[in-house]
Amino acid sequence: MDSRTPYLTLRGIRKRFGRLEVLQGIDLELLAGEVLVLAGANGAGKSTLVKILAGVYDDWDGTMELAGRPVRPRRPHEAAALGIACIHQELALVGPLSAADNLFLGRERSRFFGVDDRAQAEAATLWLERLGLDVDVRLPVEQLPVAVQQSIEIARALSMDARVLVMDEPTSALTVMETKHLFERIEQLKSEGRAVLFISHKMEEIYRIADRIAVLRDGRLVGTRPASELGPGELVLWMAGRALTEHVRASAPGEASRLCVENLSVADPARPDRPLVHDVSFELRRGEVLGLAGLAGSGASEILGAVFGRLPRTSGRVRVDGRAVPSGRPAAAVRRGLAFLTNDRKADGLTLSRSVVENVTLASLPRFSPGGWLRPRREERAVRDLAQELDLQAPSLGAPVSTLSGGNQQKALLARLCLTEPAVLLLDEPTRGVDVTAKARIHRLIDEWSRAGRAVALTSSELPELLALSDRVLVLHRGEVRAELERHEATAERVIAAALGGAA
Amino acid sequence: MKGGTLSAPLRALLALALVFAAGLVFHADGAFYRWDTHHAMLRQASVHGILACGMTLVIVTAGIDLAVGSVLALAAVLFSLLTIHAGWGAPVAIVAVLGAGVVLGASSGGLISTFGLQPFIVTLALMVFARGLAKQVSGGQKISQAVLKPDGSGYDYVDLPRVFDLVDSRLLGGTVWVVTLVFVAIAAVSWVILARLRVGRHAYAVGANPEAARLSGVPVRRTLVLVYAWSGLCAAVAGICQAAQEQQGDPETGTGYELSAIAMVVIGGTSLMGGRGGVALTLVGVFTIGYLQKILSLNAVGEAGRLMLTGAIIVGAVLFQRSRRNG
Repeated sequence: MDSRTPYLTLRGIRKRFGRLEVLQGIDLELLAGEVLVLAGANGAGKSTLVKILAGVYDDWDGTMELAGRPVRPRRPHEAAALGIACIHQELALVGPLSAADNLFLGRERSRFFGVDDRAQAEAATLWLERLGLDVDVRLPVEQLPVAVQQSIEIARALSMDARVLVMDEPTSALTVMETKHLFERIEQLKSEGRAVLFISHKMEEIYRIADRIAVLRDGRLVGTRPASELGPGELVLWMAGRALTEHVRASAPGEASRLCVENLSVADPARPDRPLVHDVSFELRRGEVLGLAGLAGSGASEILGAVFGRLPRTSGRVRVDGRAVPSGRPAAAVRRGLAFLTNDRKADGLTLSRSVVENVTLASLPRFSPGGWLRPRREERAVRDLAQELDLQAPSLGAPVSTLSGGNQQKALLARLCLTEPAVLLLDEPTRGVDVTAKARIHRLIDEWSRAGRAVALTSSELPELLALSDRVLVLHRGEVRAELERHEATAERVIAAALGGAA
Repeated sequence: MKGGTLSAPLRALLALALVFAAGLVFHADGAFYRWDTHHAMLRQASVHGILACGMTLVIVTAGIDLAVGSVLALAAVLFSLLTIHAGWGAPVAIVAVLGAGVVLGASSGGLISTFGLQPFIVTLALMVFARGLAKQVSGGQKISQAVLKPDGSGYDYVDLPRVFDLVDSRLLGGTVWVVTLVFVAIAAVSWVILARLRVGRHAYAVGANPEAARLSGVPVRRTLVLVYAWSGLCAAVAGICQAAQEQQGDPETGTGYELSAIAMVVIGGTSLMGGRGGVALTLVGVFTIGYLQKILSLNAVGEAGRLMLTGAIIVGAVLFQRSRRNG
């Protein structure tokens, strides 16, 4: 191992959200002049750790030492003052302001009570030149390419004399050439003795840039090793863990096709040149459960949204039981027999101030209001039966749905889908943020649906769950299908390898 | 949050009781104890109350309709022109004026839902536009019994059509004003729409979470068009009542009425954030503000004091509503 003393040391870092402990005692050392890659599947705790370093969270346990001195950033600007700079996936620049203004945001150089624009422009030009960049620093940054904007963030970090740079998937929005330039700059930072913590999902990148690799899984550190001593196979194994949960369902998909998706593409409104989903086709048979696997940004969730018509498709056809589903019109999709579960129940699933009954019947109101007149008693009877069946616990069915626990709120949304008697269910993270008993009930519900001949397509950021539920798994990487695995072929190792862009 | 739905009407009723008690104390030499005072209060509050009923539906969808005061003026002018000057029969004129209100309201709803514009901006624009239209149609004049002679040399005086006196008369042995009955009818229909019809349920869903409603197949655009059209219709009804009470169509009438209508809805406890509230709460708000105004005028509080007190009481009532949510 390296004999140099670590510049940044983390010991026993723990962080919980409610009852869920997402970091369970992380020890990590970052040396001056090295690039440490932090790897791990979705939900492993990488982002949480980054946010602790960045001073976003202050309610964590454990110790942090910087050059042997204990520190504890409680606010982002405290982290910055300690010399820890974070460059996030979404850049934190103010679009309409110039590059120079952004560089000195919050610590403007002043002259006669005003901002000294000339001095700032000169200094900004110098900093950017050090990164090998020649741009007009007076242009609004929103007019500059993403790669240049990223460089401005790096320049800002350097101008504040950051000794530790944390880069959270910095290449996710870059082209190959831009990535190459970024890596050259990272080499430069290393040679200046700065420490870089680099997060990436891309295998080839990891091995191009890493001095050492640390792997997180389920909130624990699996291990840290020099990149030269940790092969890709072993890395995948570290990320996936050992043999995973058994399958919970006995699958018996029928022959008849229920959902047919052909050549589906979805554009990224922010980046027209790189689609969110590119030319995806698949079919779903009666009683089949299809899992869409992929790392964050793989396009799995966008596929569900585009099939339902929530996201506009740039191309592609969707048919349910042979009938076409138009793009961009959820109401038509519901009538065709599609049901969609959003991955964020509070933001766009529930009408929080309304009652449980109203939430459950919302998608099937025509049934409960012949001629436009509501039949409250009929609604309540139907919801009462369903609530009993799903073990949905509420203070009363007339209470606002906001008074329910997360698991029961999720059940209310699933009950809403039940009432529409759909042919095909599109479930985006059906068990996100629910407790184990609710999770088990939801798994059983999915099984019941498939037995009833409905078809299900789902995503889950928990790979074991996805594998346990699915008859077939589509693995996505950057909006394209990388592998299609039948149940007996779908192992965690193969899925992760394909999701990282390799061969299954 | 728990029990919040229960205590909202109670709080609103409590505010009304406080105002009423103030009337019992400051009774202006017993004026507050006479039935006439209460009938008069109802008559005066009716036009505002009609606007508030339509406004309730709009606010339930997390919207706002600033145009109702101007649409009221336009309706008053149109109604007067058609009946006094053009000599149309009352039923035809009423249908035409209501139609105009529906079209204007529906166009607000259409702009808001089709282009995703903010209700505040769209209805602000319509507020200005409808006021201009009222002035255009009336030539900037009050439309009354005095009709300019064709050669412009003076005025002819025509008879006021019977419908004016009919709307501004009392029924049931002189105890209830016709405008009050119109208000009650509008309130009843608004209540049915919100509480008993599918479109009302859709309105609540759109107000509580538009994206959730859309993903559940709720026809969001149609819901918004209908809701704003209803508000436009209420404004037209109010305009006809206003014309009857003023015995003329004044293009300047109804200025600021949209704000009293909003105040009535909010004092009742319907949330400006949308998704909760209802017509019954609005009725309590209409009575609260109606009695407040009546008590202040009985006690000969000058206009300056009346405005300042009303403003202060609105803030107090809304803070009162908020404490419910924190508690």
